[in-house]
Amino acid sequence: MTTTNDTTASANGGDVRLTGIGKTYGSFTAVHPLDLTVPQGSFFALLGASGCGKTTTLRMIAGLEEPTSGTVHLGDQDVTALPPYKRPVNTVFQSYALFPHLDIFENVAFGLRRRGIKSVKKQVEEMLELVQLGEQARKKPHQLSGGQQQRVAVARALINHPKVLLLDEPLGALDLKLRRQMQLELKRIQTEVGITFVHVTHDQEEAMTMADTVAVMNAGRVEQLGSPADLYENPRTTFVANFLGTSNFIEAEVDTGSGDDVVLKAGGGRLVLPGARNRATATAGARILVGVRPEKISLTHADDADGIPEGRNRITGRITGAGFIGVSTQFVVDSPVCSDFEVYVQNIDRDPRLVPGAEVVLHWNPAHTFGLDANQSLLAGTVGSAGVATVEEEVAR
Amino acid sequence: MTTVTEAPPLAPAPPEPEPPRRRGRWTPYLLLLPGLLWLLVFFALPVVYQASTSVQTGSLEEGYQVTWHVATYWEALSEYWPQFVRSVLYAASATVLCLLLGYPLAYLIAFRAGRWRNLIMILVIAPFFTSFLIRTLAWKTILADGGPVVGALDALHVLDVTAWLGWTAGDRVLATPLAVVCGLTYNFLPFMILPLYTSLERIDPRLHEAANDLYARPSTTFRKVTFPLSMPGVVSGTLLTFIPATGDYVNADLLGSTDTRMVGNVIQSQFLRVLDYPTAAALSFILMAAILIMVTLYIRKSGTEDLV
Repeated sequence: MTTTNDTTASANGGDVRLTGIGKTYGSFTAVHPLDLTVPQGSFFALLGASGCGKTTTLRMIAGLEEPTSGTVHLGDQDVTALPPYKRPVNTVFQSYALFPHLDIFENVAFGLRRRGIKSVKKQVEEMLELVQLGEQARKKPHQLSGGQQQRVAVARALINHPKVLLLDEPLGALDLKLRRQMQLELKRIQTEVGITFVHVTHDQEEAMTMADTVAVMNAGRVEQLGSPADLYENPRTTFVANFLGTSNFIEAEVDTGSGDDVVLKAGGGRLVLPGARNRATATAGARILVGVRPEKISLTHADDADGIPEGRNRITGRITGAGFIGVSTQFVVDSPVCSDFEVYVQNIDRDPRLVPGAEVVLHWNPAHTFGLDANQSLLAGTVGSAGVATVEEEVAR
Repeated sequence: MTTVTEAPPLAPAPPEPEPPRRRGRWTPYLLLLPGLLWLLVFFALPVVYQASTSVQTGSLEEGYQVTWHVATYWEALSEYWPQFVRSVLYAASATVLCLLLGYPLAYLIAFRAGRWRNLIMILVIAPFFTSFLIRTLAWKTILADGGPVVGALDALHVLDVTAWLGWTAGDRVLATPLAVVCGLTYNFLPFMILPLYTSLERIDPRLHEAANDLYARPSTTFRKVTFPLSMPGVVSGTLLTFIPATGDYVNADLLGSTDTRMVGNVIQSQFLRVLDYPTAAALSFILMAAILIMVTLYIRKSGTEDLV
């Protein structure tokens, strides 16, 4: 699937435009030819598991990797043939790649000096202030903490006022708390300087908190592109549905596909899916994967099933696991249509009867249901033991 | 006897102290012991012995006595200072040549060789499988009068230039300064390449990318990033070449003439032919001191302490 953008509303001069850009190494295709437009001033994330081609895409924009096909445009300028040192683009590298023999000041001044700018002092000091490292100017990189080095790397790139700032997993080496802090920091800096950021990450939470637009990549292709909320609510494939958060899937058969709603049969029950949120063909008898996010589901003890309002999608089951994590409780429910249904329940009024073994009814607003083509793996994009484990589980099915 | 001239104090540095460990407090010292004993017997004691020899007077027949005759140093220096100067000049020329030849090769092995890397490394080390003497003698054949090399250089009028510079004499290369410097360069080249390669290979290639990304063209990247980061290799390579080359006497002996005698040759003949032990010992100490001073100044100047 070659994803075309849907965000080219502004014909601005600083857009990054990739046209049919692809990269192959021998017989291995790292990036399938793809078209992508990153509007000027936006915070764009390339999200995907390792080896999905996101870093290669980024490096092609930087000029560090030569594309096998296609072109890279920055605004109106075709930069495909330009070497990296002639592109108005700067990169924050994964391991920062700070120059170990230069102090922080000289690291930050490096780009300015190479462009023949003599009086760098004021600019460098201002930039160090922006990343709150004014005190550290005369230290060597190895004397700084990981978070500080990261900020030097950002400052070193930003001081050149590039048209685009490329960030290659810049927070990967930091611990969780620092990463959260740096996410906010980067977002603040981006808003302050207004430069286009293209951010590569495998962390879906990072992509969603920081970016305006996220492109989810898988096996060298863009699976889906959109705002974080859009990707989360309307995933187009099981890969996207699983990679961004958690999804429950039910294999269902279309009963009636006419009208605004699709009515489905699953395990003797009846489910309703809004036609607008269905990505599969809805002819009667067709199979569809019905998806619903764990936090959209309510859990009611079977004894109180009569109290559930009409018109909600319902599934019966038995609780097999319950994990209390403070703000919510994560239940795993075994039901005839899906063996491990995940349900997140906010801990507002906890029902003491909801313990493993209890018979329950799961119910949710039909509007929160989405439908996907049944012809794909349910486990695509499951994080954690993804990859190999996924394949094995599929074989075992 | 010749151990002194061949082992200036810097080369056999004592083994590095072991990393600190709480348990087994004595283990590090025990591990140090063999090396320390070796140094004591074959380095420290000979140095003391030579020091005492250098202040003795007497003759071979009557025997030598310690008379604290320090004037030997002054006499040795005033008589043999041309050989000292020559040694330093030859060694410095050979070191510069080694650097010019070795750096591109080390760079190639570190960054461009790919799967050929190991093969090239073996080729660099391969000469060590042959004896130092034989390799030097081979150069005698290579540079032989009327041989193909000399013939080619003559035909290209290179010899006219080198003769004008005083590096060669007439249509000969053998028995001239050029031959000695060539021999030194050849024999010590691996000692330059290996440390250079080690420090180049340690440079993260992403630093090149970062420099490229920050508007540095490849030549600027080399000047501002690669070369400064390879300084530890440059320093240790030049030391490993310069120090032994200064004290070398084999190349001057086999490829040179009486006009190209280096201080090593003088010490050798004082010890083994003239049998003037005090002068030979004094010369050894002067050489040691001179090398120490030069090396210290060099390391100070290159300022690579925090890079190593």
